[in-house]
Amino acid sequence: MSTQETSTGFRRNPRQDWIARNRLHPLHGQGTVFPCVERGPTGLVRKNLHSIGFIGPGGLKRIDRSSVGSFVANAGRRVRPEEAVLEQLPLVKIENPDFYIMAVLDLVGGRLTEHDKDVLGQAHKLINAHSDKGAVLAVVFGESKEEAFDKAGVDRLIHFDQPNYQSYCPELQVAALQKVMSQWQARYCLFPDSIYGGRDLGSRLAAKLGEPVATQAWQVDKDLAISRGCGGREDLSRKTPRFILLAEECAHPIDETRHEVLPLTLESQVVTDPRIEDAGMLAVDPSKIPLGEAEFILSAGNGIHDWQQFHEAAAVLGATEGASRVAVDDGFMPRATQVGATGTWVTARVYVALGISGAVQHMQGIGQCEKVIAINTDAGCDMVKRADLSVIGDSQEILHELVELVKEHRRGESADVQ
Amino acid sequence: MSSNEKIIALVSVGLHPKSGRARRADQDARAVELGLSLSGNALEMLHVGNADNADNDALRSYLGMGLEEMTVLEQGAGSSLSETLGDYVKTKMPDIVLSGVRAESGDSSGMTPYQLAEQLQWPMVSSIADIVKIEGGEAEVLQALPRGQRRILKVALPFIASVDGAAAGPRQSAFGPASRGSMCTIAASVQEQAEPSHDAALDVQRAPARKRAKRMKIAKAKTAADRFKAATVKSQASGGQVIKDKPAREQAQAILSLLLEEGVVR
Repeated sequence: MSTQETSTGFRRNPRQDWIARNRLHPLHGQGTVFPCVERGPTGLVRKNLHSIGFIGPGGLKRIDRSSVGSFVANAGRRVRPEEAVLEQLPLVKIENPDFYIMAVLDLVGGRLTEHDKDVLGQAHKLINAHSDKGAVLAVVFGESKEEAFDKAGVDRLIHFDQPNYQSYCPELQVAALQKVMSQWQARYCLFPDSIYGGRDLGSRLAAKLGEPVATQAWQVDKDLAISRGCGGREDLSRKTPRFILLAEECAHPIDETRHEVLPLTLESQVVTDPRIEDAGMLAVDPSKIPLGEAEFILSAGNGIHDWQQFHEAAAVLGATEGASRVAVDDGFMPRATQVGATGTWVTARVYVALGISGAVQHMQGIGQCEKVIAINTDAGCDMVKRADLSVIGDSQEILHELVELVKEHRRGESADVQ
Repeated sequence: MSSNEKIIALVSVGLHPKSGRARRADQDARAVELGLSLSGNALEMLHVGNADNADNDALRSYLGMGLEEMTVLEQGAGSSLSETLGDYVKTKMPDIVLSGVRAESGDSSGMTPYQLAEQLQWPMVSSIADIVKIEGGEAEVLQALPRGQRRILKVALPFIASVDGAAAGPRQSAFGPASRGSMCTIAASVQEQAEPSHDAALDVQRAPARKRAKRMKIAKAKTAADRFKAATVKSQASGGQVIKDKPAREQAQAILSLLLEEGVVR
């Protein structure tokens, strides 16, 4: 080590140091950045604690110890958690798989259910148990709004979205699945054992092919499938059959990888002579549907004063009526309509909260709701924090406009039909 | 409504979900009730299995619903349930066969009506709540869907239907008629003891149901900071869209478009 080198290497420029420390200095940030670890004048390793971290948006020093992302680059903008995860998840590509596992998904309301994701997780569990390379072949029928097939673990996707698949057509679906089976030779056929059609379809296909089937299966591996039988009182274990109807929470959903979602198409046309004809849905009176089962709930709380208008709005929208505890205690709504920990735990897909600020007990009751819409005068209440869409304003006025809009929408639709 | 359609209701021995005592199965009883409301005393109740054992009382409680007779088919060791049933139903040629969605005893797989339909090559309608009308060889059936919804299906006779728990509740079973009713047993045909059946080869082992573990939330943190965050930070509600200081019409339009997108307003 030469003296020349040491003298230049360790000599500090106090002015540069000062500029680097002083973030108000006009030249701050232009000069050299302190290295975190450097040699001191005596040749010892020195850690410079001042150079660790970065100055956050509030002018406060922030230290990122996770060393995951470049916090400095993202310091200005708020990163949504899903977005951050997406950047990291590795994409799994399977070319020329040795075998396929067919998973027929329910796709309730055009989206994957938790049950569907569990089924896909189970499919990957089975693939991992085999030594050869397999791919998950997902089959969906009808309209799809799902965008996250890749994150749910779908390697190949067959989507039957022709107009004849839009209505109830189990015989056509079975014929289509038979074609899929014969073209791709699925090693296993997995169905969600659900009331949304998975159970029906799986039973039909298994009966058609005359194959044994494990229903309500909750623990499945390569060799053994354990399923509930005898009305849920017994466990039936058997050698894993080809057809498995899976119970809920049979396996953990995929959350660490992304998959390709390569679309596949059938070589030949599916032709059947359907004997069951779908004559449409029966108009069910929404007020007769039990609150715990209702799909669409219009719920009123302390902020509602015009109850006549509320009842009319529920009728026009076709929603089941709910209420918060205050509205029930004040005698505006019957006790049976109370939503929350002390009332009914609802499972609605869409929950509209009118003038409900969101007590903890109420929030517990709506925990399973998918979409919550809040109409409230207070922008800071808990319900607004929970809601997917919040509208701040006078509930009476907004409800009036909403009813008018729905009526206009219906008129427009009926005019289109004519 | 009493029509001249010939209906067979398949009944099985149920088990009480809590006590495990033999009883009439809920969905099967609903199927019998539906059959009674359609064809009155012309309904035939059919059970496959053994009538002279401890389940006798449970089977008799179906007789307590008003019919005087019930047919019990003995199942041959060599033939499967659906084969035994199929052979019998072929000789009777009914218009409608009703069953429950899932039995409360046995395998509870719910496959019997599907296998029977496949054997007879009849259409199978699952989870029905009601049969609205039967006209000109075609029936209009209400199918029970989740969330209290109903779908109207039209199906030509003959067909098989499984009756859902959403169908009309069964009438009370009266003890007197239940004791007086007769069980007409039909012995198994000679073709049994052939080869062990398809299902038996599968070798199913039975054990009392194990309690399933509740799914826990797994925090998959890679660093100490992430683990700390997962343990302490309250899950930040992502907070959806907030519409503020806009005319009421615009706000209502935003709500309506979400409702339409979700398909709840039709």
